[in-house]
Order: sequence, then C-alpha cells, then structure tokens
Amino acid sequence: MLKKLSKSVREYKWAAFITPVFVTLEVIMEVVIPLLMANLIDDGVYMGEMNAALKIGVELIIAAVLSLIFGCLSGITASKASAGFAKNLRKDLYYKVQDFSFANIDKFSTASLVTRLTTDVSNVQQAFQMLTRITVRAPLMLVISVIMAININAELSMILLIIVPIIAITLFFILRYVHPLMEKVFRKYDDLNEVVEENVSGIRVVKSFVIEEKEKKKFGKVSSDIYNTFSKAEKIMAFTMPTMQFAIYLCIILISWFGANIIVNTGMTDLTTGQLMTFITYSIQILSSLMMISMVIMMLTIARASAERIYEVLIEEPNIKDKENPVTEVKNGDIEFNNVSFSYVDDKEKECLKDINLKIESGQTIGIIGGTGSGKSSLVNLIPRLYDVTEGSVKVGDVDVRDYDLKALRDQVSCVLQKNVLFSGTITENIKWGDENATDEDVQRVCKLAQADEFIQGFPDKYNTYIEQGGTNVSGGQKQRLCIARALLKKPKILILDDSTSAVDTKTDSLIRKAFREEIPDTTKIIIAQRISSVEDADKIIVIDDGKINGFGTHEELLKNNAIYKEVYDSQMKGSDTDA
Amino acid sequence: MPKGQMPKGPRGIMLGAKGKVKKGTLKRLLQYVTKKHKKQMVIVFICIILSTVANVGGTLFLRTLIDDYITPLLSTVNPVFDSLLKAIATMACIYVVGVISSYIYQRVMAVTAQGVLKDIRDDMFDKMEELPIRYFDTHTHGEIMSHYTNDTDTLRQMISQSLPNIISSSMTVIATFISMLYLSPLLSVFVVVFTTLILLCSNTLVKKSSKYFVAQQQSLATVNGYVEEMISGQKVIKVFTHEEKAKEAFDKLNDQLYTDMYTANKFANILMPVANNLGNLEYVLVALVGTVMAINNVAGLTLGTIVSFLNLTRGFNMPIQQVSNQLNAVIMALAGASRIFEMMDEEKEVDDGYVTLVNAKIEDGKLVECKERTGIWAWKHPHHDGTLDYVEVKGHIELRNVDFGYEPNKLVLHDVSVYAKPGQKIAFVGATGAGKTTITNLINRFYDIEDGKIRYDGININKIKKDDLRRSLGMVLQDTNLFTGTIKENIMYGKEDATDEEVIEAAKLANAHNFIMHLPNGYDTMLTNNGAQLSQGQRQLISIARAAINNPPVMILDEATSSIDTRTEKIVQDGMDKLMEGRTVFVIAHRLSTVRNSKAIMVLDHGRIIERGSHDELIEQKGQYYQLYTGAFELE
Repeated sequence: MLKKLSKSVREYKWAAFITPVFVTLEVIMEVVIPLLMANLIDDGVYMGEMNAALKIGVELIIAAVLSLIFGCLSGITASKASAGFAKNLRKDLYYKVQDFSFANIDKFSTASLVTRLTTDVSNVQQAFQMLTRITVRAPLMLVISVIMAININAELSMILLIIVPIIAITLFFILRYVHPLMEKVFRKYDDLNEVVEENVSGIRVVKSFVIEEKEKKKFGKVSSDIYNTFSKAEKIMAFTMPTMQFAIYLCIILISWFGANIIVNTGMTDLTTGQLMTFITYSIQILSSLMMISMVIMMLTIARASAERIYEVLIEEPNIKDKENPVTEVKNGDIEFNNVSFSYVDDKEKECLKDINLKIESGQTIGIIGGTGSGKSSLVNLIPRLYDVTEGSVKVGDVDVRDYDLKALRDQVSCVLQKNVLFSGTITENIKWGDENATDEDVQRVCKLAQADEFIQGFPDKYNTYIEQGGTNVSGGQKQRLCIARALLKKPKILILDDSTSAVDTKTDSLIRKAFREEIPDTTKIIIAQRISSVEDADKIIVIDDGKINGFGTHEELLKNNAIYKEVYDSQMKGSDTDA
Repeated sequence: MPKGQMPKGPRGIMLGAKGKVKKGTLKRLLQYVTKKHKKQMVIVFICIILSTVANVGGTLFLRTLIDDYITPLLSTVNPVFDSLLKAIATMACIYVVGVISSYIYQRVMAVTAQGVLKDIRDDMFDKMEELPIRYFDTHTHGEIMSHYTNDTDTLRQMISQSLPNIISSSMTVIATFISMLYLSPLLSVFVVVFTTLILLCSNTLVKKSSKYFVAQQQSLATVNGYVEEMISGQKVIKVFTHEEKAKEAFDKLNDQLYTDMYTANKFANILMPVANNLGNLEYVLVALVGTVMAINNVAGLTLGTIVSFLNLTRGFNMPIQQVSNQLNAVIMALAGASRIFEMMDEEKEVDDGYVTLVNAKIEDGKLVECKERTGIWAWKHPHHDGTLDYVEVKGHIELRNVDFGYEPNKLVLHDVSVYAKPGQKIAFVGATGAGKTTITNLINRFYDIEDGKIRYDGININKIKKDDLRRSLGMVLQDTNLFTGTIKENIMYGKEDATDEEVIEAAKLANAHNFIMHLPNGYDTMLTNNGAQLSQGQRQLISIARAAINNPPVMILDEATSSIDTRTEKIVQDGMDKLMEGRTVFVIAHRLSTVRNSKAIMVLDHGRIIERGSHDELIEQKGQYYQLYTGAFELE
C-alpha cells in the first residue's frame, strides 16, 4: 500500500528526500548546542575566563545560525513535499475516478468518493508531513542524545536504562487502551452526523409532527455517548504528560544524587558540574524524543484508515477500457441486442436483464414502458457502453460496442440520464457540454428543439442565467429540457431519453417529440417513459417486465395483445374514476 | 417544487466570512467553560499553579544543588551527604506534588472540554430545532452540518490543549520571571528586551502564516466543493465524455490549493527554528554579559547564579514559543466558534399563540375539557376578560385575501382566498412556482403571511400555539424523510403515546400493514439512511401511516404520489383515499387524475387563483384547467 501511495510523490521526490537530510543536520546542531552551552559554563562562566567564554560564545552563535538555516530549509522542503504529495494524491484519485466506469462508481458510492478525495487526503498529508520531519528527527535525537549521554558519563547513563522502559511501557499501554476507544468515538460521530443530517433534511417533517423535543432527546443521547466515550479516552490520555514529567523529575533527582556523589568523590575529574547540567539536558531530550515517537505512532494509526481508503480507489481497475485499435467511427444508428443478459454484480442469480434480443433501425423512434426496477434503464445503459453486458453482445452501427473507441461511441450515442445533473455555470456553458465548439446559434437551435428557448428567454439574463449547483434554481421540467438540449448539441446518431420528460407537461412533451421527428429524422430515438402518451406515437414500443421483453410492437398492436401495456394504459386513461 | 424560487443562501458571503472572528467570541466561549464548570476550573487553576511551581522549583533546585551542596562538599575532606540527601528528598516531594497536580488538571481539563463540547452541541441542536424553515431555505445542508463536525472539532483542540497550555505557559513565564528577578534584576531586563524581539519576530511569522492558512482553508473549500459537484455528476461527465475538461479545471484549483498550502505551512514551519535559535543567541549573550558582570563583581552575582539564570532563560523562552505555536490553532478555533455562535444567534421561530389544543368530551350538550383521548378535540381559547371558550376542532379552514412573499416586496401569493368546510377536499393545481406548496406552508405557519387572514375553526391561526396547530394538521410530503429507528417508532412520530394496536391500525389504513408483516422483523424492522432498504412506494406508505395515526381533522398532501410509478401509485392511492374520508384535505398533485374528485379545484398561476370550481365546472369553463387537462397547456 505504501509503495502505491508513495508513487504520488513524483516531482516532489527531491523535497521529500532532502527534508530528512536537513532535519538530520538540524538535529546535529541541536545536539551540539547544549554541548557548547556546557562548555560555555564550565570553561568560561564558571572559571570566569572571559576569553574562553567569548570564543565558545562565537562558536555557539555560529551553531545557532547553522541550526536556523537548516531548520528553515527543512521546514520549507517539508511543506513543499507534503503539500505537493497531497496535490498529486488528490490529482491521482480524481483522474482515477474520471476513468471509472459506471460500475466502478456504483461500487464506491458518490459520497464515499468525495470523502476519500477530501478528508482522507488531508489526514494522509498530515501524517506525511510528520513522517518527513518528526519520524527522522525523534529517533535521530534519541540515538545521538544517548551517545552523548554515555560519552559524558557511562555510569550515570545507567539511570536512563531504567527510566526509558518505564516510559515506553506506559506509553504503549496508553496507546493500546486509547486506540479502540477512539475508534468507537469516530463511529459515534457518524451516528451524530446522521441525526443532524436527518433533521436538517427532514426539518419540515419534524416541525409538522411537532417532534422537536423527541429529536432533541435523541440527539442528546448520542451527544452524551460521545461525551462518555471520549472522556474515558481522555482520562487515559491524561496520563501521558504526567508520566513524562514523572520520568523527567525522577531522572533529575537520580542524576542529581548520583551525579553529586560522583562529582564530590572524584573531585570534578569524572564529571563536572557543567557536565551534570548537560547530562540532564540530554536526558530530557531522550525522554521527549520517546514522547514524540509515541505521538507519531498515534497519528499514523489514525491516518492508516484513511490511507487504506485512498488505496482502495487507486487500485480499483476501471472495468471498461478501450480495446486496441478501436473503431472510431459510428456508421449509423442501428442497434442490435443479441442474447443479452446483464447483471450489476456479475451474478447469474441476480440478472436484471435476461436473454434480450432486439433490432432497431437507424432513425426509428422506440418507446420503452415498464414498472420501476423492471430493467428499462439497464437496457439503454448498455448502448453507450456505460456498463458491459454479462452475456451476449450489443451492436451499434453493426459493430460490437466493445470494439469502439469509448469517446467516439459516446459522442454518437447521446444519453439523457434519469438522474440528471446540471453544473454550476451559465445556461450556455451547461449546454456546451455537448460540444464545446458550438456557436451561440447552435445552442439556441437545440434549446428550441428541446422547447427550452421560450423559458430561457423569459429569464432576465437569458442564456447567461447562472445555474446553481445541481440546477436548484430552475424547475424540474426546465432542468429536464436543458438536459435534453445539452444532449442534442452533440448531434448524436442515437438519442436516449431515460424518463427525461417526466416533469414536462404532455403538451410540451409532444412538441419535443414532434421537433425530434422533423428536425432529426435520421437519429435513432429511444424514449423511456412512465406515461403512455409519451410513447404511443413511437414507431415501436418495448414493454419490459422483470428484465425480459414482454412485448414489442406498435401502440395498437400492444393494446390488443399485451396485458401489461393494456393495464398501464387503462389505469392512466381512467385516472380518478377508480378513486373515491 | 418550491425549492427553486426560494432565496438561496449567499454562499460567497459565507465563505468570505471564514477565518474572520466576531468580537466577543472568545469571551463567550470561555463563559461556556466557566459557567457550568466553575469548581473544575478552580481545581484546574490551582493544579496548574502547583505544577508550574514544581517545574520552576526544579530549575532553581539545580542552582542550590551546585552552589550550596556540591561546591561546599568539594572542599571538605570527608564529605557528608546527609544534607544533600535531605535536599533531594525535599525536592522529590515537591516533584510528586507537581506530577499529581499535573495529572489532575490534565484530566479535569480534558473531561471539562468534552463537557463543554457536549453543551455546545446540545445547545446548537436545540437551537436548530427551533429555527424557522426560512433558515433552512437559506443555508445548504453542508453548511449546517459543518457546524457539528469541522467547527466543533477545532474547539476540542483549543479547549482541551491550547487553553491549559496557554495558562500553564503564562504561569511558567511569570514564575520564571520572578525567579529571574530574584537572581538578577539587571540580567532580567536584558532578557525581557530580547524576548520582546523574539516575540515580534514570531508575531510577524504567525500573522503571515495565518493569512495563508485562511487562504488555504478557502482553497480547500473550493477544491472540495468542486470535487463534490463533479463526482456527484460523474455519470453525466462520462456520458458527455467530458473527462478531460473536468481534469483541466480541477488541476487549476488543485494547483492553487498547493500554493496556498505550501506557503502557509512554510511560514508555520520556520517559526520554530527562528524562535529557537534567537533563544540560543539570547543564551549566549546572557552568558557573556553575566560572566563579565560576575568577574567584575557587579551586583554581587556569583558564577552559580549565572548558571541558574541561564537555565531560567531557557525556561523562559520555551513557554513563549509554545504559546506562539498554539496561536494558529486558537485562531482557527475562534473562527469555528464564531460560526457556531452565529447559528445560535439566529432568531428563533416565534410563537406567541395562546389558543391550545385539548381533548374534550360532550357533557350535557356542552364541550368540556378532559385528560383522556376521546377522539374529540377542542381549541381552548382564553379571552382578554379572563373567560375561557372551548371550540370543537372540526377542520374548517379559511384563507381570506392572503398576500405572502419569501422576501419582502417580492410577493409570491396575491390576494388568495380559499374556503374549506369540514370534510371537503380542496385541490391546488398549477405550474411550478405558482404557489401551491406555499399556501400549505402558510396554513401550518412554516411562514407567516404578509397580509390577510387565515382562520381555523373561526380562530385566527396566529392565536393558536404553533405546536398545537401543527398537531391538528396531518402532513404527507413528496420527500418522505423517514428517521433512524424502527418502523413502529417512525409511525409513532405522529402520536407519541400510541399503542401497538393504534400503530397497526394506522398502517392498515395506509395499506402498509401487509408489506410490513412481510419484512423479517415486521414493525421492529430498523430503518436507516432514510429507509433506503424500502422502495419509494413503501416509504410513502409509512409516511402516510405516520400522518394517519393521530387522526387529525385536516390533512395536507403535497405531491405525495408524484415520484411513484403508476402501478405502485394505485396501492398508495387506495391508502390515501381511505385516509381522506371524513377529513378536510388539501391536495397538491401533478397528475390531474388524483384531484378530479375534489370538491373544489384551485388553479394557480403566478401566485394568483385564476380559476376555481369542481372538475366538471372547470371543464365546462374551457379555461386553463381544461387546457391543462387536455394536455394543451404546460404544467410544470
């Protein structure tokens, strides 16, 4: 996993590698400085030797300047490396998602993809910055400090041997007990978010049913849960600092006692008072390095979960890819289904299309009728190869869709999805998704075709009207017509409307169909609809039930010989006569 | 859908306000800490002082150790360590106190921080539940959610870590400074001057980096927003083979984020080495100046004093650096708190109604209030002169010359009058934005009218307590919105004290009983994620049962069946028809077939009622309704 993720470092590799070098130099300076400080005290201040003090002082200042330079350099390269890594990681993820097929997207769900690209990347980035700086710094500091301490007085260093394990064990236990609690806390946070989300989106229901108090109680309970679990974790974590202090104090006391003994007994030969002070400084450094290491471990465990989630996306293989030497031209709008079976999960038991055979000629208008979940959308999604068939083959213009260049195929097979989306931007910008080189006249022409021009002209800013994210500032029917216009701009050979006029009234609906007939007669048109009126004038109508073709014929034929079609027709024509 | 026409939240302004902290935020935040946790804060304060004293004492101890014990012992022939041992033992005791008090304040503070966060969360949610619908119209879900996640998160760090850190650091600074003054006032002045210099340097860096941190947050929000929009529309991107374009735009935003992030972190990262090494420089200078002073015996300085003073100098700089390190976190937390308080300061939904809904029974031909549910409700109407009136709740609703606009001066309803007698079914038809949903939102007082009158059983609805008004209205909305909990709990939302029998009865009435019984856990099936495991039709049936269980005299059905396919609609329709019997019903429907049998149909256009009458009458008029019905006119 680390190998895959580290690939995203790329052009920031030098920054990532040089940071530890600078950190190492910085650490060396930081170790040298206390040493010089001790000398300054022992040979200068304590002896009252001004010249020596001055000399060591200058050395110290030089060391400080070097430390400053290395510190700044490492700080700069570290931020460059981590910001760059995050940038590339986001980019890799985003590009990967762009290559995803519909099946890949379904697998992850939109919401989770968004979290992975945002929160998870931030977590990993933080860990990465830690990794480049502290992970080098802390162990290095630890090792050098230990060496220096032993160098000053090996006997006294024995004290550290006793204290370091105490700290290590305590920290280990703290981490061990806190980690599962923290995981629990994160899960509780999910619960909390769910309650809030439900209340925000369902606020009208909450207010209508006057259940505010009940919801407050529900929220209070989750909120208390978090409080309790988190407090439990905090109570354990509260041991960390005092343990540190305890170790440091214990160190000082033991060193003071034994150190004093050594100094006095050897008459300052084995250990000087200045060295004693330095020794204490090193001890504190050793202990705080240990502390840092434990913090890094804590951070990494949190980041690990995020890294895993990112990794899952990065290793996901897009399951729809171009073939080698693909066909780049779609001859015409003929469509052919040969013994097609399809399942979203590649499971024969759960097929949502079974053994479909169909032949549609270029220029025909085909209607599709069927209940929710009967497989209408699945059927048409196979034509622009949004999904691959499980069995059989789908041909467009006499060529298997799997042999086409994907872009070429999808440019010719224009699909207006059931769950359609407009993006933030002007109307023109949105329509031009179909063809970025289109002129304003082209845009207006397709909008007229889709019966959208009239209402667009009614907006104060006309075609420059700004559409908000998700198209919330136009009505459902207007949105659908803009989506149709956008699809038309591609000048496709096949046009698929997946329940795309459900919010458009019957009159406009029929005007759109009339425009299709007259303006784009050569384009094959496939129309999925709930309303019989939307499909009754089609050349042929497909009735789908439970993943199978139940009927295929004209309106009149189906009325005569298809039970389902007749039932739907009757229920819609009779309307409320059956009510009351 | 009314969403389109409602005023959208000024998103740009929200983002622009990010990072800005309103005045008084810190004080208000601290009030949260001190208000409920006074005792804890006293303990924390005492413990911080104790642990600081122990800490500073430790540094001073080293001087005593060298000057008073080790140096004299060096000159004795037979050193006796008794007094040294005593001194060390005393020190050990002080340290023990330090460690214990440190543990106590860490623990108390961390738990207090959690308590404060809980209080803030709870207050925030309580407030949110009381906000008017208008608030939810003008703020995106993401915005509201982020108060509970991002904003609260920044507070945790600040309260549990930065706050005690700052207190203890200032304590250390003060204690160290006192000790320094005690050792050598002259050198202390020198240190103060130099430290001010260090602070100025750090301050410049902190300012720079926090400026870029704000920029970074902004870019991050932009990138996240873009990613969210694009990935939500990923399938459309695929269909339009728009991938390359999407990548291009993303790269631009992503590069900007990189630049801001890099710059912000750069300044933050060099803060430490700069402050550290200025500290080192200070150390050298103090050492040199001190030595000169000691050699020349200025102010009676001993060399041992200089040594301890040097240690104090380091102890003095460290906490100052720590505080400046925390500053970024504090700024971010205050920005978060400021956003949270902004929401808490929103105006509540006002309710000055005094007419309440009570159970009633008829005794001697007179309406009397009673505790138990009788199936009869009454409005309890106290008058100014102290008398009480009981009016039976029948469901007689009257709108007279109502004007309304979501924004001032922009009316969306003009002079609307509707009369619904008990038991009548009234339908609203018209284009999107014509004002159908708006009318029903006025009846349950989601919004207040600008002009005109709405009466419920002859009482002005402004006089009725909002909760009671809404309890007397059953609502079935297009968006079903089920809540996490069992099916039974969801149905009981309509009536809190309902018995199991009542739940089943309501479910039967809504045609939901059958499918519920087919679920493995029946009425105890847990629903999560807005009931995602049920079909749209099934969710709708549960929401109908939820409205039915309270047996309200008035029902509002807003596009309750529009997103269901025709075959499922039949089942739902049967449930709805049973539900409508004997009640005053307001129906908004897309499919005209559902409203044909209404007593009266109101055709709305641009906020005005342009036609009214029964189906047959309207067909005969050959007006808009006729055109709509025959499909000659756009209904959207």
